[in-house]
Amino acid sequence: MGDTLLEMRGITKTFPGVRALDNVNIAVRPGEIHAVVGENGAGKSTLMKVLSGVYPSDSYQGEIHFDGQPRRFAGIADSEELGIIIIHQELALVPLLSIAENIFLGNEPGRRGVVDWHQAHVRTRELLERVGLREPPTSLVGKLGVGKQQLVEIAKALSKRVRLLILDEPTASLNERDSEALLQLLLGLKAQGIACILISHKLNEVLKVADAITVIRDGATIETLDCAGGGISEDRIIRGMVGRDMAHRYPQRTPKIGEVFFEVRDWHVFHEQHADREMIKGIDFNVRRGEIVGIAGLMGSGRTELAMSIFGRAYGQKISGEVRMDGAVVDVSTIGRAIAHGIAYVTEDRKGAGLVLDDEIQRNISLANLRGVSRAGLIDEQRETEVAEEFGRAMRIRCSGVRQRVVNLSGGNQQKVVLGKWLFTRPRLLILDEPTRGIDVGAKFEIYSIIDELAQRGESILMISSELPELLGMCDRIYVMNEGRFVAELNVADASQERIMRAIVNAEDC
Amino acid sequence: MSAVIASPQAASGRGYFKSHLRDYGMLLSLVVIMVLFQVLTDGVLLQPLNLTNLLLQNSYIVVMALGMLLVIVAGFIDLSVGSVCGFTGALAAVLMVQHEWHWVPAIAASLVVGALIGAVQGWFVAYARIPSFIVTLAGMLVFKGLSLALLAGQSVGPFPVQFQKISSGFLPDPLGGESLRLLSLALGVAAAAVLVLTEVLARRKALAHQMEAEPPLFFGVRIAAFAGAMVYLSWLLSTYKGLPNVLVLMSVLIVIYQFVTGRTVIGRRIYALGGNEKAARLSGVNTPRLAFLTFVNMGVLSAVAGLVFAARLNTATPKAGMGFELDVIAACFIGGASAQGGVGKVLGAVIGAFIMGVMNNGMSILGVGIDYQQVIKGSVLLAAVFVDVYNRNRV
Repeated sequence: MGDTLLEMRGITKTFPGVRALDNVNIAVRPGEIHAVVGENGAGKSTLMKVLSGVYPSDSYQGEIHFDGQPRRFAGIADSEELGIIIIHQELALVPLLSIAENIFLGNEPGRRGVVDWHQAHVRTRELLERVGLREPPTSLVGKLGVGKQQLVEIAKALSKRVRLLILDEPTASLNERDSEALLQLLLGLKAQGIACILISHKLNEVLKVADAITVIRDGATIETLDCAGGGISEDRIIRGMVGRDMAHRYPQRTPKIGEVFFEVRDWHVFHEQHADREMIKGIDFNVRRGEIVGIAGLMGSGRTELAMSIFGRAYGQKISGEVRMDGAVVDVSTIGRAIAHGIAYVTEDRKGAGLVLDDEIQRNISLANLRGVSRAGLIDEQRETEVAEEFGRAMRIRCSGVRQRVVNLSGGNQQKVVLGKWLFTRPRLLILDEPTRGIDVGAKFEIYSIIDELAQRGESILMISSELPELLGMCDRIYVMNEGRFVAELNVADASQERIMRAIVNAEDC
Repeated sequence: MSAVIASPQAASGRGYFKSHLRDYGMLLSLVVIMVLFQVLTDGVLLQPLNLTNLLLQNSYIVVMALGMLLVIVAGFIDLSVGSVCGFTGALAAVLMVQHEWHWVPAIAASLVVGALIGAVQGWFVAYARIPSFIVTLAGMLVFKGLSLALLAGQSVGPFPVQFQKISSGFLPDPLGGESLRLLSLALGVAAAAVLVLTEVLARRKALAHQMEAEPPLFFGVRIAAFAGAMVYLSWLLSTYKGLPNVLVLMSVLIVIYQFVTGRTVIGRRIYALGGNEKAARLSGVNTPRLAFLTFVNMGVLSAVAGLVFAARLNTATPKAGMGFELDVIAACFIGGASAQGGVGKVLGAVIGAFIMGVMNNGMSILGVGIDYQQVIKGSVLLAAVFVDVYNRNRV
């Protein structure tokens, strides 16, 4: 051992007009967990597509050596045959098929097109045991949570005799507990000699499991850090990623907190489809002027459901309770009314519910406030362009012009477009649901600055996040949510990751 | 991936053409097809009599294509338009001929019934959330059956002369031109002038605000071609009987729908609804009501088309409207609408309808059988969409 399993040398890949990868080098040892980090758009995904054969070997320059032999992949099938298997961020499972059917999809055991389901189920059970998933092979994948679906993907990889597993942001949509379980599984696979390339934005997780870290910036390898000796810190990695020291990951805030502006009392919400399932069980909270209030909680604790039900009943049924602004009860029973009262909700599902992807930046920015760019029902396109350009400049949206379609922007810039759309409604209460999910460090800082600026102006902000450091870094006050209730309220000075987690765990024990 | 927001540059000719290929491509295809058939038919295609017929034959398809475009852009489909068209025409016929209604209330009743039909189908689609394909497939069967029942399997006609005038009438000529209908010609010239004027003003305004604008050459050629075509066609028509009433009706509707889709808040919201329903809803758009209204609108336009068609034949037959939905939907897709919703233009659908219409007409003159006409039309539809998708993936 100690030699290299995979070596990619001098990989250069150009698209028309852009050099996506520029002389990238990476070497993975057998049984190693090798993290690849870099900002969005740095070229990580392109590199993995080169490795897995999505881009055939004649479309780039450079060499790939696997097991010491030079390899040329014409397609994914070639790389899979060697045991290089990639699991994408968006899982490639069929929700209406069972676990076993998914695992053997395209690789069905049996003869002459007749599937041997008995064998498939037996082997599925073995594989599920290896990944620690206790579900019958006949369960429909769509009924499983994201964390379990992730495990099914890994089981599927194992069924193909994987030797190098590539995971693209595997924990992006998992809660803390599932993320931890997944990381433990990777360590277990490592013990069995399976190497792994882990692409992640979550540096704390990277540091926990990685043996080596390759940093990519602007399509080029910056450095490879060896974690064996310890002593690598998050700040050290970030310096490599952004090419400079980031003294602060959050803007320096000087909160100017005023009177209570927004208040919710005795809020109850029932599940959208199952009328007897109570999702929000009597919640009271308030947000003051100029205050940033955080909501912490595990996925499934009802954070998004709470926010969306307040935002014009965009979620749920049989909603009861009252919403007050400046002490007076307000009617927020439709989304239109909520917006008219100055409430804005930035969704966690940027692509699915935040943007019209095929449409232009300017049309996305004006969508929630078309009145602001029209007179008597007629849209003034010049005004619309001016508004979009103004937000584009203020928020530093990187694009070729406001007529560019948002589908071609990076995640961070897309998020800025969504934010711009809501800022144009001149909100007095801005609800942010996972505002920095899946975007890079630099863009995160810019988004934090925008949020801070809004609070400085005296607007109220409610921020939902799974990343506790983010809540601790940005908020003045944090509510901890568990199973449809607020179980703790902490001032940021007293709050810590441990205290928040303890509040959740204590609540579960009761 | 360049600098932070650059102000849009004055587009270079080639880059502009490439990014607007679809808009120009459509128009070019129509011109090429017209020239082709003009040559193949030894000039019969653009003879005033034939041109008049061509417009009359396609008017009802164009009218329904306007509504269908909105439905498709909103992310739905309506298969029932042919049946609704037949049914409303039959209803007007029965009211006028068998119940001896005056033609005005008969027309009003048909339009109201069209709106109601659209409302019922729209309710199932928008509020009961049943896929529009299924709802309107059911509607197609139901209204085909109801027109049969209403007419008791017979043809009903003829109609009062004033009603026939909807389709068979021409603009009167108070100027008393004998061989040349002066009013019609003047209207055509005036419309062309208005077009040139509005386009020039819009372009000047855009340039003043440094917005992206067509390169001068494209602008000049396009405007000249459009205005020239309008003047030429109205001159041709004026040498026959003048501008048909239907053409005037159709033109007014086209202008209205072009305006609504391009300039108004409600138009913009329809595009957002089709582009991403969730995002539109969370942005405060009342998406169910908007979906409902697009179907009501479709119902009314189907009724308009039904009246035009009945007036043209001067009789309502149980077979009226059969298969129209296919031509209407094809027109929208040839015109660049996307089956996924969110994409499509009114002028595209109109051009699409005329591409189909010119081919129908041209092939009939050439004596191509109805069998191969269909084969050719189907192939053209597939080819048009294929080219469209291919171009989009390449960019």
